[in-house]
Amino acid sequence: MTTYRTPAPGTHPEYLSPEYKTTHRRAPLQPLIRIPQTLSEITGPLYGHNPIGETDNDLTRQCAGEPQGERIIVAGQVLDEDGRPVPRTLVELWQCNAAGRYLHSKDNHPAPLDANFIGAGRAITDDHGNYRFTTIKPGAYPWRNHHNAWRPAHIHFSLFGPAFVTRLITQMFFPNDPLLPFDPILGAVPDARARERLVSSFDFDLTEPEWALGYHFDIVLRGKNATPFEESGT
Amino acid sequence: MRIATASQTVGPFFNFGLTANPSLGKMAGDGAQGERIRLSLRVVDGDGIPAPGDAMLELWQADANGKYNHPEDTRPVTADAAFCGFGRLETDGNGTCVFETVKPGGVPQPDGTLTAPHINVSIFARGLLKHLVTRVYFSGDPANDTDAVLQLVPEERRSTLLAQQENGLWHLEIRLQGADETVFFEL
Repeated sequence: MTTYRTPAPGTHPEYLSPEYKTTHRRAPLQPLIRIPQTLSEITGPLYGHNPIGETDNDLTRQCAGEPQGERIIVAGQVLDEDGRPVPRTLVELWQCNAAGRYLHSKDNHPAPLDANFIGAGRAITDDHGNYRFTTIKPGAYPWRNHHNAWRPAHIHFSLFGPAFVTRLITQMFFPNDPLLPFDPILGAVPDARARERLVSSFDFDLTEPEWALGYHFDIVLRGKNATPFEESGT
Repeated sequence: MRIATASQTVGPFFNFGLTANPSLGKMAGDGAQGERIRLSLRVVDGDGIPAPGDAMLELWQADANGKYNHPEDTRPVTADAAFCGFGRLETDGNGTCVFETVKPGGVPQPDGTLTAPHINVSIFARGLLKHLVTRVYFSGDPANDTDAVLQLVPEERRSTLLAQQENGLWHLEIRLQGADETVFFEL
């Protein structure tokens, strides 16, 4: 039976993060109880058979007109910790518009909505784990976590991977954003290399002339424990 | 080995990206086998305040025969085509999600015994930097007394995992923190 490796220490944030205020009353304070991985944990929802609409991975073509903002391509590969591609898995993303406003009834930031931008997309990775979206660069926006708090521009990503235990929701950031060092959500990730993993890289190969800048963002899901067969060196 | 991608919070504004389709709460189709149930789960914080629309619950469960619709479940049993083992809803203004599903069957374990019927739950919310995982068991089911995972939970905390039936509705509070904090699992 397949089982999945314990995450390396420092990869993920702790639940209680003093700098991120909402964690104070939402983080569990009792230790988690470790349970073995059974059929319940190593199975999981597989979405690969669900049809994806033609414009699901192009957030600039989901409305009557074109959205405001800087058109970008976001692409990369979904892998596991051993570098194995994760094929045919659902990638969902959502984001605010170029002005930093989400299409959500509770987002009261006084920045304009864009009638031509929803901000949600879906794609299925190909046989090599690759995905690709066209969207616009999201804006930074303020939040009320602390005085003069601003979230760096980011895109939310949601992935299932092959099992219940590989589920991941994360955020992709942009390189050289001056707000990155001040963000308590990114900053809650202890390991510097893990924080760097959340920052996309500008990619000339993805960039399309006279059309859109390209950003590369690989997503690494939890790897499998080695089986005795693999340990024997084959 | 590559370092894994870190978890980040789902934030408060995920609705239009993840939960715009409420039919994901209806897991049991018209012809689904087994006992149809409505399962109400309410998420509250350490002050007992419900998470109003800023939490998302995902369920993953076996069908009424204890079969997971997934290639790792290699038993020669056909998964119920009228049943979807995955459910996803955002909490309403009162912190509650109501799923329409079936009571899952026990799942065979490597030693040949069956688990107690249970539903695997992932909890995402503003203020949760990584999602929480718990299980819903069904109060009064005799298999609870021998379920291997439940036996790993200190007896005085097991009730936090047991849904109670009232007026045709199974209900469980998911308390993120505080007295009677729900048991969460590390997988």
